[in-house]
Amino acid sequence: MAEAVDYKVVGTRPIRPDGVDKVTGRAQYGADLNLPNMLYGKVLRSPHAHAKIKSVDVSKALAMDGVYAAVSGADFPTAAHGDIGGEGGGDVADVAKNVMARDKVLYHGHAVAAVAATSQSIADAALAAIDVEYDVLTPVLDVDEAMADDAPLLDENCFTANLPEKPDKPSNIAAVMQLARGNVEEGFEAADVIVEGDYNIPMAHQGYIEPHACTATINEAGQATVWCCTQGHFEFRSMTAKLLGMEIADLKFIASEIGGGFGGKTVVYLEPLAVLLSKQSGRPVKMMMTREDVFRATGPTSGTHCKVKVGAKKDGTLTAATAWLAYEAGAFAGAPMGPGAMCVFAPYELENFHIEAFDVLVNKPKVAAYRAPGAPQAAHAIEVALDDLARQLDMDPIDLRLKNAVSEGTQASYGPKFPRIGFKECLEAAKAHPNYTKPLPEGAGRGVAAGFWFNVGMQSSAEVHINENGSVIVVEGNPDIGGSRASMCIMAAETLGVEYDSVRALVGDTESTGFSNVTGGSRTTFATGMAVIEACEDIIAQCKARAAATWGVDEDQVEWEDGQAVPAPGVNADVKPLSLADIAASAHKTGGPLLGRASLNAQGAGASFAVNICDLQVDAETGKVDVLGFTAVQDAGRAIHPDYVEGQMQGGASQGLGWALNEEYIFDKNGVMENAGFLDYRIPVASDLPMIDCEIVEVPNPSHPYGVRGVGETPIVAPLAAAANAVRDATGVRVNDLPLSPPRLLDAIDSAE
Amino acid sequence: MGAFAYVAPTTVAEALGVLEEHASQGKRAQILAGGTDLLVQLQSVDRTPRTIVDIKKLEEANRVEVGADETFVGAAVASAVLNENEELKQRFPGLIEAADLIGSTQIQGRATIAGNLCNASPAGDTIPALIAIGAVCVIASESGNRELAVEDFVTGVGTNALQDGEFLVGLKIPNPPARTADAYLRFIPRTEMDIAVAGAGVALTLDDAGTCTAARVSIGAVAPTALLVTAAADALVGTSVDDDALAAAAAACSAAASPITDKRGTVEYRRKVVGVLCKRAAAIARDRAQA
Ligand SMILES: Cc1cc2nc3c(=O)[nH]c(=O)nc-3n(C[C@H](O)[C@H](O)[C@H](O)COP(=O)(O)OP(=O)(O)OC[C@H]3O[C@@H](n4cnc5c(N)ncnc54)[C@H](O)[C@@H]3O)c2cc1C
Repeated sequence: MAEAVDYKVVGTRPIRPDGVDKVTGRAQYGADLNLPNMLYGKVLRSPHAHAKIKSVDVSKALAMDGVYAAVSGADFPTAAHGDIGGEGGGDVADVAKNVMARDKVLYHGHAVAAVAATSQSIADAALAAIDVEYDVLTPVLDVDEAMADDAPLLDENCFTANLPEKPDKPSNIAAVMQLARGNVEEGFEAADVIVEGDYNIPMAHQGYIEPHACTATINEAGQATVWCCTQGHFEFRSMTAKLLGMEIADLKFIASEIGGGFGGKTVVYLEPLAVLLSKQSGRPVKMMMTREDVFRATGPTSGTHCKVKVGAKKDGTLTAATAWLAYEAGAFAGAPMGPGAMCVFAPYELENFHIEAFDVLVNKPKVAAYRAPGAPQAAHAIEVALDDLARQLDMDPIDLRLKNAVSEGTQASYGPKFPRIGFKECLEAAKAHPNYTKPLPEGAGRGVAAGFWFNVGMQSSAEVHINENGSVIVVEGNPDIGGSRASMCIMAAETLGVEYDSVRALVGDTESTGFSNVTGGSRTTFATGMAVIEACEDIIAQCKARAAATWGVDEDQVEWEDGQAVPAPGVNADVKPLSLADIAASAHKTGGPLLGRASLNAQGAGASFAVNICDLQVDAETGKVDVLGFTAVQDAGRAIHPDYVEGQMQGGASQGLGWALNEEYIFDKNGVMENAGFLDYRIPVASDLPMIDCEIVEVPNPSHPYGVRGVGETPIVAPLAAAANAVRDATGVRVNDLPLSPPRLLDAIDSAE
Repeated sequence: MGAFAYVAPTTVAEALGVLEEHASQGKRAQILAGGTDLLVQLQSVDRTPRTIVDIKKLEEANRVEVGADETFVGAAVASAVLNENEELKQRFPGLIEAADLIGSTQIQGRATIAGNLCNASPAGDTIPALIAIGAVCVIASESGNRELAVEDFVTGVGTNALQDGEFLVGLKIPNPPARTADAYLRFIPRTEMDIAVAGAGVALTLDDAGTCTAARVSIGAVAPTALLVTAAADALVGTSVDDDALAAAAAACSAAASPITDKRGTVEYRRKVVGVLCKRAAAIARDRAQA
């Protein structure tokens, strides 16, 4: 599959530059910075899921010994409406109100005040001294309830967007989206078989191990520095500036090492509070969430209710499909229903389809991005329906997908024509994989599902510095969540023609490198990688110029080969090639230090497809699932560092399996989350999972110099359905809702008997 | 974390003195064994000030004796120590497998069986295992030691029979007769790091013909305290512990359970699963007793 390209460094598996500090505990994460005279900031959170705030009085807290600042909604400027870009998007005013409630609390755990004190226990005592008066309202806790005509309203000014006409009354449906093509009715009439399903999935959290944390300090001139764990310090800077009415240039953000984000660290929660508390106290302020805070008050992904209907001919050709996709946004608009709608049928050729999606307010935390936001829930619906269809047609599930798979030139259901993509290659690789035909133990089942994610480009900057001995420093602006510094070093080494070991990469702060959008959308290795490659090409151009000047030839008479400037073929010059080290050593005589740079808005992100095979066993007496094997096949375009591509695939599979089997937000009738900790919010532990087998397919992305597609998000799209389909295969019982937890499964098995 | 004072007495008398003094002044003192429950509670749910009385320096609380008549396990002995005691494993494999379910290797380096019992969580894993083997609490008080069967020790969710001024020194377990074995099983949705949704401990004795002559069955996490289910034991005694007997014992456990629906499981689910666990644990105990 992979095209024979002779790379020296791309595709190798060297040790990551940040590895030693991480395994020895030296790496500095969000909560690790301490400054002299630092205070501890803490947040008072709403005990109600839905209430009007009548008053907040922080005066008693402020009067306490050791308390230096106390703020509530009234201390924040009224934020203007407008969009906050990137994955952590949403309306500025909404983000502002999410960071600190103003007139209303919209979920249990919503921030209503914050204090800074000399110790954590004093801060706790100060929180207890804050008086808040609430008018408690009925909470709306699920998407169907919220869409009902008579549902209590979260926002009286919420009029459904994207309708032909503004509706005459407000509702909890913030927005709708429709995609359609062809004639669905005719399509279903032409079908020999039709399957339908109704699928519910509760909210799930990214479950990153590192809770949100930051330290902020601001001086008398209003210049602030913030250290935090973030997926995008530039965007954190602009959000903080907007929320506090500050000048961007007065805010410097330094990204710490990050212990996982998966989309959840693209939004500010603590940073504006820490800056404000520092301003009021005149001291540095550190804020750290507890795990409970993380669950209650940061953005999980949407709970969903999806309905799918698919029709097909006897030979498996799809004739029509419809999808009805309702996504919980949490407290403020912004559920990923758009991507969900665009992804649901994206892998398949369909002449007739209709997709309708809803962004629905509920009294739960405001959702944030989670790997391929919106796609796993939608994919679960269609991939389960296709599994049912394959069974009815008595067709191999991979063959059914192959029969309908999109390829280069297909008009995607979401609009554009696909350029070169690798879906068929993934399906074929899965079908040929020994794990697909391996005999199953007695009673076990096997499930297959496919996944798709667009991937994005966006803005990136990079600088490349050549040290005086020819070693290389790469500076870029994307927090490294999954090994991207290693990939940057590889791409720089490959482009310059030098050894991997001579290259170092670092993530610059907001004042040390050019603007870069978040590490999100699977864009970093693709887009920032492109910037690094271009910055290296800038270096090469400069080296050629300096070699030309040294040799007294024209610049176009010099070429760069294997890390050396050499005379172009046919150029008659009796000179020794000049290596990067040679040119660096004499740089002081040829024009000064070598500094390359590039900034871009990357175009041509390549979609990545995946096919997963899940083997599992169900204990028929307890409903417990044992995952026996899992095979992830995915098109990476080109695996720059295959370990970290596999790491993404394995991580996505693990998270997807956790989501499929046990993870769920459980709320009581008042909207209080009952399982706000890792004991009862059950992400898989290592012993719950088998080794995830990976097969990287490489269908290069024509828009990237080395063929990179993003790989960070696609891996979580298919596992939900792969697991559900395997449970169906093992038990003979179809369970449409997730998670496939032991009580749900046992109940289904027992009711089927 | 809540404010606290810390003392580590070196004799039982000294420890009792500290407890007595606090009791008489109406002040709070709390025993610390491994601290794997206590420290977590101190950081979260229960931050009131107190004096922490560490029993890890008491000789008696550190004693393990697998004796000719009975076994004694001191209240401060960490699970990791028990797990490595081959004689104990031989004698009470079910108890050791229960202790081995608690936490990771690191947690087991601190956690004790006595702490698990005193903490009195409905889901404490060693409690049904202790009840099944007929373990007895050795309780120190100013008026001397008193003894109490484990099934009578836990009085409710988080409460036990210890009076002010008393503490648990250790657990005494009568020697099992020949061809006796125990087993403990719990159900959790994951493989590790979880709290029992239901648990069942079974100890049984077989005669030479393979007929069960005595049995004790205890179930956990399906009522406010672990229960001794005599009806389940009766269903096993006099049988060869065959499928019918196992099914009857399972049904007796399901009937005896009075579980709640919560985030960890529903009433119906817990009822069913506790029966399944009883059945499976009894089969393991039977096979062990035959071996
Ligand atoms: C990560 C983790 C995983 C865990 N997994 C499990 C599990 O799977 N199953 C399970 O059942 N538990 C589990 N636990 C809970 C805990 O580890 C056990 O209950 C353990 O056995 C407690 O023993 P300890 O010695 O640490 O008790 P401590 O924390 O020292 O004491 C617990 C309570 O008992 C009291 N106490 C202790 N000893 C005495 C005594 N001698 N006399 C009077 N009172 C006393 C203490 O005052 C305190 O109230 C887990 C805990 C953690 C942190």
